[in-house]
Formats: sequence, C-alpha cells, structure tokens
Amino acid sequence: MAVISGLIDYLRGTEKKTAVIAKERLQIILAHERAGRGSDTPDYLPALQEELMAVIAKYIHVDRDSLKVQLEKHDQYDVLELNIMLPDKVNSRL
Amino acid sequence: MAKVIVVTSGKGGVGKTTTSASFSTGLAMRGNRTVVIDFDVGLRNLDLIMGCERRVVYDIINVINDEISLKQALIKDKNCDNLYILPASQTRDKDALNIEGVERILNELKETFDYIVCDSPAGIEFGAFMAMYFADEALIVTNPEVSSVRDSDRILGILAAKSKRAVEGREPVREHLLVTRYDPKRANAREMMSVADIQEILRIPLLGVIPESVSVLQASNSGMPVIHMEKSDVAEAYRDLVGRFIGDDLPIRFVDEEKLGFLKRLLGGR
Repeated sequence: MAVISGLIDYLRGTEKKTAVIAKERLQIILAHERAGRGSDTPDYLPALQEELMAVIAKYIHVDRDSLKVQLEKHDQYDVLELNIMLPDKVNSRL
Repeated sequence: MAKVIVVTSGKGGVGKTTTSASFSTGLAMRGNRTVVIDFDVGLRNLDLIMGCERRVVYDIINVINDEISLKQALIKDKNCDNLYILPASQTRDKDALNIEGVERILNELKETFDYIVCDSPAGIEFGAFMAMYFADEALIVTNPEVSSVRDSDRILGILAAKSKRAVEGREPVREHLLVTRYDPKRANAREMMSVADIQEILRIPLLGVIPESVSVLQASNSGMPVIHMEKSDVAEAYRDLVGRFIGDDLPIRFVDEEKLGFLKRLLGGR
C-alpha cells in the first residue's frame, strides 16, 4: 500500500522531497538552540528570578513554577517578560 | 603575520583530517611555509593521512612537557619542502594539553611559519576547544546531512563565545564554510540538502565544495593527501579551496551535475 500511495504522491508531484524536510527540521531546531545559547541568554536571569520570587513571596503565596522570566530578542529591542500566575484566591496573604 | 586556522566540525567522520592534510599541502604548494598540527591526542591519524606515520618519534605532548624542543617534534613532509607536521600523542589523552603549553608552541611556530593549520578532534571537549581557542580563521567542515549541519552550528556558537578572540573582545574568528562529500546529482533530485540550503541555515560565507569521490579513500589508503591525486575532482576542488583562501577569484565548481558523454555513460560513468 505504501508503495502505491507513494507512487500516487509521486505522480501527483505532492511528495515532499527529503532535502526539503531536512532543511525545515534544521531551521526549527536551530532557531530553538540558538535562542538558548550562552551569549543570547544573559546569565543574570536565574538570579533575577530568585530575587523576584523572594519579593513576591512576601506579599502573595505563589508557587515557584508560577513565576516565569523570559528575554525575547527583537531586531531593535529586547523584551524582558515577567509572567506571574496568581493563585485563585488573591487575598491569600501570608 | 602568521595565521592560525582551525579545521573543525563538531561531528566526526565528515573530513576534518582529510581537509587538514590537503589544505595544508595546498598552502605549502603555493609557496607558503605551513605547519599542520594534530590536536586529536589519543587518536592521532593525521600522520597516517600524510603518510609519515613511521617517522613519528616525538609529539605535541612531549613539547608541551618540555621534554624536547619543538624542532625535534616537527616532521618534514615527504612531498613538499614548505610543509611540516606536528603529530598528536597516541598514548596520552586530551588532558595532557593545556592552554599555556599550546600558546607557547603556537607563538614559537608563528616566528617561522606563514600558516598554522590546526586539525581539531571531533566533539566539543577539551581537545577540540584547544584546537580552536587561538584560531584567527576557521574552516567549518560540513556534510549535507542533518546531524553534521546541526553540529557545525553548535561549533559556530562556541567559536563566537569561547575562542580567545571572542573572550578578549577582538575581531571575531573569520568563519568559512566547506561542504564535503557533496553529490550534485542527489542535491538536484532534492534527496540531499544543496550547498545553498546549508549556507542559508549556517549563514557563513562558502569557501569551497568538495564532491563525494572514491579518490579520498584511495589517497588515504596510500598515505598521500588527496590534493596530490592526478585527474581527481577532489584534488581540483581542494586546490580551488586553497586558491580562494589566499585570495584567488575562482568560481565554485562541482556543484552541478556532470554531463556524461555517450561513451562514459555507456561505461557507467564516475
């Protein structure tokens, strides 16, 4: 069956050539790996996250996982994004 | 001013040693005083590819440990007057290398030679790091194959972040792409990534393309850098590579399918 459907794909010209697949896969994985590379991610991010966490914990009880710190690179500017997921009951002060 | 060039790739088996041997031979054939250093301590092979394995007495680790002078360890190439080989140690491991020792050797070589070619081991461990750390330029040897391209990208990242030039904030290492084991026929059929695909992904300037060929194995069998082979596409491609490196304006060849003549096609080509 695989042979027949492959043949049909071939005759229709819809079969994706493997070099095209290879290139697409590489572009995706390398974009990801380059983003996580040393020079791109400043080394202060983990420390910043720790300190922010300590400050927030003074006022609101949040999980460690509910704080995300990310740096996004754009052409002209970088965006430092802080994402804090508040618990359901915001008034749950310590 | 002497130039230090690292031949590197990340992935093994893509043609680093073959390239180091032919590239350094080509530079010497063009009249440059050249030395090629094997950084693959523990797994030395450059000596076999250069055909000088029976003349190895001392190695780079003996020089680093100050047991002998650098001159005693250098092996003169059997074919080229201007070419010397500094072999790796076969009995030690990569930890026998150290930054100060390698720097001292390179500085001494810079007094005598125009080009110092560093044949990197595969991987991203200490041996590979030592081979690239002092580089002014880098030949990134890449096969048209996903794992090789990814590893080359990783190596480019390391060069940009950890080489001496990067650490000291000087002008970055000049990177050159060398695509090896290329098969234009398969690339045209889109079964293999093309040179343009690889360039688009790695985003560094292309210096050469070496076609897939049986002559590489024949050359290594006989211990002669493939650039010396008569009537070989690979030898011509390496000569072009060297020419372009030292400033000749040469078009990239061996990227289009060879048009076989009637007789050649009848006899099966190649």
